[in-house]
Amino acid sequence: MQLINHQNIQKRSGGRVLLNKVFKVLFFLSTTVGLIFLSMLLYRVLTQGTGHLNWDFITNFPAPYPDKAGIFAGLIGSLMLMAIVAPITIIIGVGTAIYLEEYARKNRFTNFIQANIQNLAGVPSIVFGLLGLTFFVYLFQMGYTLIAGGLTMSLLVLPVIVVAAQEALRAVPNDVKEASYGMGASKWQTVLRVVLPAALPGILTGTILSLSRAIGETAPLIIVGAATAIYSIPDSLLSKYTVMPIQIYNWTGRPQEEWQLVAAAGIIVLLTVLLLMNAIAVWIRNKFQNRY
Amino acid sequence: MGKALGKEKQMDVQKLIQEKKQKRNVTKQFEKVIPFLLLLCAVISVLTTIGIVFTLLRESFTFFSEVNILNFLTGTDWSPWTGHFGVLPLITGTLLITVIAVIVAVPLGLMSAIYLSEYASDRVRKIIKPTLEVLAGIPTVVYGFFALTFMTPLFQNFMELSIFNALSAGVVVGIMIIPMIASLSEDAMSSVPNSLREGALAMGATRFEVTMKVVLPAAFSGIVASIVLAISRAIGETMIVTIAAGASPALTFDPTRSIQTLTAFIVQGATGDTTFGSTIYYSIYAVGMTLFVFTLLMNLLSQWISRRFREEY
Amino acid sequence: MTITTQENVNIKPDTKGGQNNKEGKKAKHVFEVSDLNLWYGSKQALYEVNMKVPENQVTAIIGPSGCGKSTYLKTLNRMVEMVPSVKTSGSIKYKGKEIFSESFGVEDLRTKVGMVFQKPNPFPKSIYDNVAYGPRIHGIKKKAQLDQIVEKSLRGAAIWDEVKDRLNEKAFGLSGGQQQRICIARALAIEPDVILMDEPTSALDPISTAKVEELVQELKKEYSIIIVTHNMQQAARISDKTAFFLNGDMIEFTDTDELFSNPSDKRTEDYITGRFG
Repeated sequence: MQLINHQNIQKRSGGRVLLNKVFKVLFFLSTTVGLIFLSMLLYRVLTQGTGHLNWDFITNFPAPYPDKAGIFAGLIGSLMLMAIVAPITIIIGVGTAIYLEEYARKNRFTNFIQANIQNLAGVPSIVFGLLGLTFFVYLFQMGYTLIAGGLTMSLLVLPVIVVAAQEALRAVPNDVKEASYGMGASKWQTVLRVVLPAALPGILTGTILSLSRAIGETAPLIIVGAATAIYSIPDSLLSKYTVMPIQIYNWTGRPQEEWQLVAAAGIIVLLTVLLLMNAIAVWIRNKFQNRY
Repeated sequence: MGKALGKEKQMDVQKLIQEKKQKRNVTKQFEKVIPFLLLLCAVISVLTTIGIVFTLLRESFTFFSEVNILNFLTGTDWSPWTGHFGVLPLITGTLLITVIAVIVAVPLGLMSAIYLSEYASDRVRKIIKPTLEVLAGIPTVVYGFFALTFMTPLFQNFMELSIFNALSAGVVVGIMIIPMIASLSEDAMSSVPNSLREGALAMGATRFEVTMKVVLPAAFSGIVASIVLAISRAIGETMIVTIAAGASPALTFDPTRSIQTLTAFIVQGATGDTTFGSTIYYSIYAVGMTLFVFTLLMNLLSQWISRRFREEY
Repeated sequence: MTITTQENVNIKPDTKGGQNNKEGKKAKHVFEVSDLNLWYGSKQALYEVNMKVPENQVTAIIGPSGCGKSTYLKTLNRMVEMVPSVKTSGSIKYKGKEIFSESFGVEDLRTKVGMVFQKPNPFPKSIYDNVAYGPRIHGIKKKAQLDQIVEKSLRGAAIWDEVKDRLNEKAFGLSGGQQQRICIARALAIEPDVILMDEPTSALDPISTAKVEELVQELKKEYSIIIVTHNMQQAARISDKTAFFLNGDMIEFTDTDELFSNPSDKRTEDYITGRFG
């Protein structure tokens, strides 16, 4: 007597194979939803925005009329903001990462710092805005200025850069460090001459990607008072400023439909800047990444 | 080979090293300061956290000296300009957006993850995964613009919908968090060892059966952790809801209506003509505190899940 | 079993045919190790090791994997302390100076005692920068001096002719055997007295292995070499003295010929005749 009825199994297997096929298609279709959305978004923005996108749009300050309005102040403001954020976060972020990966003992204090960074990365960006509002804008009396915005964004980006730099440092194999120590190099010599150069491509890639996130951030800058419209380029750290996402937000919120087209044009400029930064990051990764 | 190694050294490197040692001793003193400097860098992130908690606590404390904390937590009317500070409408607004986002993102994100991890060829995965990550890199203000100017008019073809509504904002927030769920869940599924799959496949199971009965259970903690993390992102999302969901706090679960979330109120409170030191000024910190607590709990929960139920292979 | 031992003895004279420099029996010692114990956390890895390492000879350390031979080697230049939980007791004197003492800086020790690792581990830098690394960290910056050192070291490691036209290329582009010789050149560049080699050929193909073995023979004219190997034939071919380690104990340490032809300990005999390991 057979315990297994092969005929029954045969009969059922047709259905099982069909089920597999149906779900395969379903899974694939789900994957395409995200992609379809992405292409719809890009298509929509491009078709709406190209009409307003010309050299004047890039070089003009805000204006009360849609066809005169431009994103120049935002573009320059975003770049200036990054000029503040990049050096601060790279120095402090890489310093933190080196401390955690190379110097810190594996004790509770180190674990605490590590867990703290992980949690900071999950704090909503708008909460960083509240932090900046209290400390930089009011307590340190910087007001609604470029430097207050820059410092707030630096704190926001810092945990992301620390994590990226840590990953890059961790990817440097131990035996290379051993080789350095084995020749009588001190810890700092090893870090500076072997570990950092080897990790640099990874650190740069991670940093540029984090900064490109920061360039698209809006909420914290609204809180620390980035202006919606300014008519001159910031000439000092204590100037008023605006950034591209804030201008786009401002245009989006206006009732006349014409302004939506201006907003779309602004989005194209913003996305182009992001695309450029990402392209640079990918280029660095492919060009300089060390293979071990 | 032997010639170069001849006994006569043209230059004694060890002697040179000895000569330079004096100079090295100076730098050595300097190197002792370095761990301290690096520690200072690391401490800044701790100070940031302390700063956040301190800010939220202190300003909320001031707020609660003017508004009864019980009224804040249980009140059903949020109209700060008329002196009503009941936070529940903002919380339900946030919840509504989050629920809609989860309904959109969890099935789509999970199924994308399954497709990428279990079905897609390497070549397809190498194209689709980075493209999905582009979705994660798009600024939220762009999503907000899209929700307001495209999603809402689109939905209005099928139903009664106010211009600002929870539905299109929620859907777009959901799409924003798809890459997060897809990517993290895919990582969890890919780390399920192939030997487990092969064991089941060798007995005649289909891919689908292997996925449902072997891969998903094995990757379960990673998947749940990714979902919880994505929920935390949805709760903290600001621009999409500020632009598309409106600014009318309402204790409702009707997705077609205009609502206001915790985050959207903070934006409104900080941009309006709120004066420094007014009750409304302090109220944005109390709302910020509420938001911070929610997201922190979610983040901790996610970390706990992935630590507690981590599968070791 | 005795027969197999016999075979080993028979093979040996052939493989060691080219050996010279055997008469330095009364050589001075670079290392004097006494009563060395080592723990990883609470687990003891070395027990009461005593050894006098002769100058300008090749000393081989053999034993099954996990016997502590690599740990022992790394103790000699204190690289073992990279593992935070390591504790040691006992004494190691390098040319009469206690290496664990405060006054003997670990960096100074490693300047005198170079190391070549199991896997070729060049830095992700050019060939030139790899070899110039040691001199540079010790403050030698003059281009003319560095040029001279790099050439001399690469010649010393028998790889100058292969790389002299591409000194500015990355060392990663070389074959495994070439990379290992670059690493040897890198160690030679600061002209240490001792070179520790931790299974330097285990990741190499037979031809590269032969080249490195040949190189070791050349190097011992100027350097004292201590080499850990899992390959008994290699130890027999290239070393003057051999130590056998088992489970953290040094079982036997004597002239290589002696150890392979007439081991005094049963366990050594079992190991070299292939009973375990």
